[in-house]
Amino acid sequence: MDVNTKFMAEQSIFGEENIQSENKQYNTLNLGPTHPATHGVFQNILQMDGEIIMSSEATIGYIHRAFEKLAEHRPFYQVTPITDRLNYCSSPINNIGWHLTVEKLLGVETPKKVDYMRVIVMELSRIADHIVCNTVIGVDTGALTGFTYMFQERERIYDIFEQMCGARLTTNIGRIGGFERDFSAKTIQMIRDFLSGFPKRFDEFEGMLLRNRIFMDRIINVGPISGERALEYSFSGPNLRAAGVDYDVRVMNPYCSYNDFDFTIPVGTSGDTYDRFCVRQAEIRESLKIIEAALNNMPEGKFVADCPEFYLPAKKDVYSSMEALIWHFKIVMGEVDLPKGEVYHSVEGGNGEVGYYLISDGGRTPYRLHFRRPCFIYYQAYPEMIKGSMLSDAILTMSSMNVIAGELDA
Amino acid sequence: MALTKEITLSRLQDKFGDAILSHDEPYGLLTIEVPADRNLDVIGFLKNESDLAFGYLTDLCAVHMPDQKGREIAVVYHLHSLTNNVRIRIKCWLPESNTEIASATGLYAGANWMERETYDFFGVRFLGHPNLKRILNVDHMEIFPMLKQYPLEDSSREDKDDRFFGR
Amino acid sequence: MSDLKMVEAPAGVEGQGFFATSLDSVIGLARANSIWPLPFATSCCGIEFMATMASNYDLARFGSERLSFSPRQADLLMVMGTIAKKMAPVLKHVYEQMAEPRWVISVGACASSGGIFDTYSVLQGIDRVIPVDVYVPGCPPRPEQIIDGIMKIQELVKNESLRRRNQPEYKALLASYGIE
Repeated sequence: MDVNTKFMAEQSIFGEENIQSENKQYNTLNLGPTHPATHGVFQNILQMDGEIIMSSEATIGYIHRAFEKLAEHRPFYQVTPITDRLNYCSSPINNIGWHLTVEKLLGVETPKKVDYMRVIVMELSRIADHIVCNTVIGVDTGALTGFTYMFQERERIYDIFEQMCGARLTTNIGRIGGFERDFSAKTIQMIRDFLSGFPKRFDEFEGMLLRNRIFMDRIINVGPISGERALEYSFSGPNLRAAGVDYDVRVMNPYCSYNDFDFTIPVGTSGDTYDRFCVRQAEIRESLKIIEAALNNMPEGKFVADCPEFYLPAKKDVYSSMEALIWHFKIVMGEVDLPKGEVYHSVEGGNGEVGYYLISDGGRTPYRLHFRRPCFIYYQAYPEMIKGSMLSDAILTMSSMNVIAGELDA
Repeated sequence: MALTKEITLSRLQDKFGDAILSHDEPYGLLTIEVPADRNLDVIGFLKNESDLAFGYLTDLCAVHMPDQKGREIAVVYHLHSLTNNVRIRIKCWLPESNTEIASATGLYAGANWMERETYDFFGVRFLGHPNLKRILNVDHMEIFPMLKQYPLEDSSREDKDDRFFGR
Repeated sequence: MSDLKMVEAPAGVEGQGFFATSLDSVIGLARANSIWPLPFATSCCGIEFMATMASNYDLARFGSERLSFSPRQADLLMVMGTIAKKMAPVLKHVYEQMAEPRWVISVGACASSGGIFDTYSVLQGIDRVIPVDVYVPGCPPRPEQIIDGIMKIQELVKNESLRRRNQPEYKALLASYGIE
C-alpha cells in the first residue's frame, strides 16, 4: 500500500528498534496475551504510528506445557494423549502421526484397510480444523453467522469421532498398528450422511463470504508473504500453499496409502489472507473427495497389524482373562522392550508438516522426542507480515494463519 | 539425473572429505556427522549448490546424552530438498563445557526461533543469532530444563506425594 | 402453549399490583440469569467452550448472551485450559481488575489441578493464585458438563447474600491470595 511506504521504518525484523524518521514518537500497544481477537495465548508488542504498525515483537510461551520433557517420562501409549494436545483442533492427525512414527521404529507394516480408515479419520479432522480457521476469519471481520452455522457441522464430525473412539475433541484415537475396533455400520452411515449433507451447507457458507465485497476488501492484500520468503521461514501447510509453493507431505512423502488417492493441491498466488482463506476452502473440498474415495474403495481385511507386543488386547478379553489383563497393563505401563533407533516421520497436519523426531535407547520411554510444530515455525514470520499494515489487518493476518497456541508452545 | 541420497553423500565426501566424520541411513534418512565448527560450511554447501538445493530447513533441535563424555550435546539439523525430494540429517556434537555453535539464521530465516528454543531448553549458544533469549520458558529461569539432570516435576510443589505417583 | 421453562419467582407476598419479597432474592434472581462471562480460554477446553457458545449447546439460553472480554464488565471469569507459570500473573491481574461481585469457574482438569501436565512449567491449579467457586473436571469436559458448572454458579449467585462480600471471612480469603 503506497500511502504507507513513507512510514516504513528501518529496523531488524526481530524486534530490535532502530527507528530512523523525523523525530516521531511511536505508541507501544500490547496485544495479548489475553485478548478477544487473538485466538490463543500469545503476546505481540506493537510499535504504532497512529493506526499503522511500525514494528512488532512476538512473545510466546504462555502455555508452555513441557511436552518434550514430559514425553521422556511416559511410555509410548501414554504419549498419545500428549500429542492430542498439540494441534487440538485436529487431534486425530497428531495421534496417527505419532503411531506412524512408532510403527516406523518398530518396523510394523499396516494392512491397507487400516490405511484407508486412518485416511478417513485424518481428512475428517482436517475439515474440522479448516472450518475453525475459516469461520474465525469471518468472525474477525464481523461475520458471526458463518461461525454459528459451520460449528453445527463440526458437531457432526465430533459425533463421528465419538462413535469411533469415545471422545470428541482430544481423541487419543487408534492404536500402534491400527485401531481398537472396526468402523461400525452406524459410523459408516454417519460418514455417508455427512458427505451427502455437508457440501450444500458448505456452499452456503462459501456463498456468504467468498465473493462478498466487504469481506474481499477487508482481506485482499492483507498480510502477504512471497513464496521465497515463506520457504526461508520453513512455512508449510496451507500458509505455504497460499504463497504459491505446492509442498504437501501427503504427496511428497506419501504415508498411509495416500498415493492411492487422486486429489489436487490448491495453491494461491500472493500469500495474502484471501489466498489463505481460499486455499483452506478448496482443501476442504479435496478432503471430501478423499473421504468418499476411501469409503467406496475400503478394502477387506483386519483393522490392525500383527504386532501383539504393542497392541492392547480387546477390552472384553481384558475384563475376563487374566493374561490379557496383565498384557494390557504391561503395554500401557511400558514394560515391553523397545528397539533402539532414531527416526523422523512427518505427516501433513492441519497447519503443515507435523514432524516427530524420536530417539529410542531401548528403554520404556522415548529417550528424546522432539515435535516439529508448524505453527511455531511459521509464526516467527508474523512481525514481517504485518509491518506497515493497520491494526485490524494484523488481527486478520493472525487469524488466517491459524495459530493454535497448543502447537505454538508445546 | 535426479538427486539421490548416494549422490548427495558422494558430493559431500568429495567436497569435505574427512569433515564428514560418519554417515548412516537409519530408517531411510541419510544422517551425517560433522564437526561443530564446520556446520555452516556444510549446510551452506547443501543449500547453495544448484544440483543439491537443500533450501528447506525442516527442523533444528538438540539432544543431550550425558553418558558420552566430551560429546554430550548434539545439535541436529533436518534439511529437505523440495525440488529433488531428498532429506538429510546433520548432527554436530558439542562438549558440555563449551556449547557454542555458529547460528544458521544467515542461511535460513526460519532458524531464528528454532535456535532460541534450543537455547532455552539446552543452553546451546548460537553465535551470530540476532536475538538469543528464552522463548518458551519464563524469562527469569536459571536452568536449562531439557537437560537430563533436571527433573520433570516442579520440585517446590507440596501437594503430590511422590510415593503414590510411582516416582 | 409454549414449553419454555421460565425461572421461578422467589417466595414473597403477592397482591393486586404488587409483589413483596426480600431484596436479596430479587437481586440474586436477576444476577443469576444474566451472568456475563469472561472467557479466559487458553487451550483445548477453549475449543469445547466455543462449541458450548455455538448453536448446538447454546450458552446464551442461560443469560450469557454477551461475552465480555473486558474484566470490568464481566461477572464470571471462566478459566478454560492450562495456565502456565508464565501466564499466572496475567490471570491474577485480570481477576484483580474484575469488579465485585465476581465468581470464578475453573473448567477442565488443567485449570483445576494442572491436569496431565505435572511439569515444571505448569501451574498446578489456578486456586494457587485466585479463589475459585466451581471446578468442572474433564479433559476436556463435554459442553453439557460446562453448562452444568454454569448452573452450579447460578445456584451460588442466586443464593448469595448481599452482605457476603463485606464479611471478614471473605476479606480473609482474598488476603490469603494477596488480593486487596
